[in-house]
Amino acid sequence: MNSERAQLLLELADDELILGWRNSEWTGIAPFLEEDVAFSSIAQNEIGHARALYELAAAELGTDADALAFDRKPEEYRCAPLVQLRLVPDWARTIARHVLYETADAIRIERLKEHKDSDLAGIAAKIEREEVYHRLHAEMWLDRLGREERYAEAVDELWPYALGVLEPSLRPALAERVGRPEVEAVERSAPGEEFAELWNEMTMVRRSAPVGAQW
Amino acid sequence: MIWEVFRQERKGQPFTHGGSFHAPDQAFADAYAREFYARRGESVALWVVPREAITAIEEFPDEFDLKYRRVDGYSIKARLKEARERVGSTERSIAEAPALPASERD
Repeated sequence: MNSERAQLLLELADDELILGWRNSEWTGIAPFLEEDVAFSSIAQNEIGHARALYELAAAELGTDADALAFDRKPEEYRCAPLVQLRLVPDWARTIARHVLYETADAIRIERLKEHKDSDLAGIAAKIEREEVYHRLHAEMWLDRLGREERYAEAVDELWPYALGVLEPSLRPALAERVGRPEVEAVERSAPGEEFAELWNEMTMVRRSAPVGAQW
Repeated sequence: MIWEVFRQERKGQPFTHGGSFHAPDQAFADAYAREFYARRGESVALWVVPREAITAIEEFPDEFDLKYRRVDGYSIKARLKEARERVGSTERSIAEAPALPASERD
């Protein structure tokens, strides 16, 4: 069984990897060219964060980052249901998830920066320096779409999922920042069918290569 | 709305034009400029300017050939040609002619 620390790292890393993957599904088909490039960059940053987090977990678990990212069975992933949702081609829901995730992630990272484990605190500070720009990006879209009905519907739908990104003690802070009452969260659990499809695609190259292949 | 981006590669160097893109307002423009021109550490500073804020000046009339005001002075190429024609010196081919200094080649 993994330590609590490794478990925490895997949750964070899985969230960032899978959100990065889902956001990258917009590459080439985002609403306009400039946004396509920017949103793809953000997706790439998230996957970069995932790698750093997996490396930290891997050092503890005696494995490597690629093995953690690609060699686990689908049911072993710990990512929040929010990041698993396949939202292409719905931009309103994509932006709603982006805004909610970044808000939740900010709370989680702030807490992690004060962790007594200096490796965890250090990586949180590093991630935070990039997340600032993700939040700016999310906020500018919120300013544009926040008053649209489709956006409000998307937030209604995703709000219980957003709460599920955070451990229960951090949820009141999220409710306050988003300005919504706490409801029953969609908790982390063994991923479902939609995730299995993503996993299948994501690990395809890795599975097709012989063990120990160098990239 | 079109935005023009000027980027500085190193501190103290002049800003040079990087390119342009569409964005609905300054917030979007800033975000996109950051992603397009500074993501890989290729710039230390950016200027993000709405194209309409830029005045383009493209007409510089010089009707009276006041080239003497320029540091490179008059071009003598046309005068040399005239002089050659006047003396009928068709025997000198271009290849034998001494090369003119760059400032006189026009």
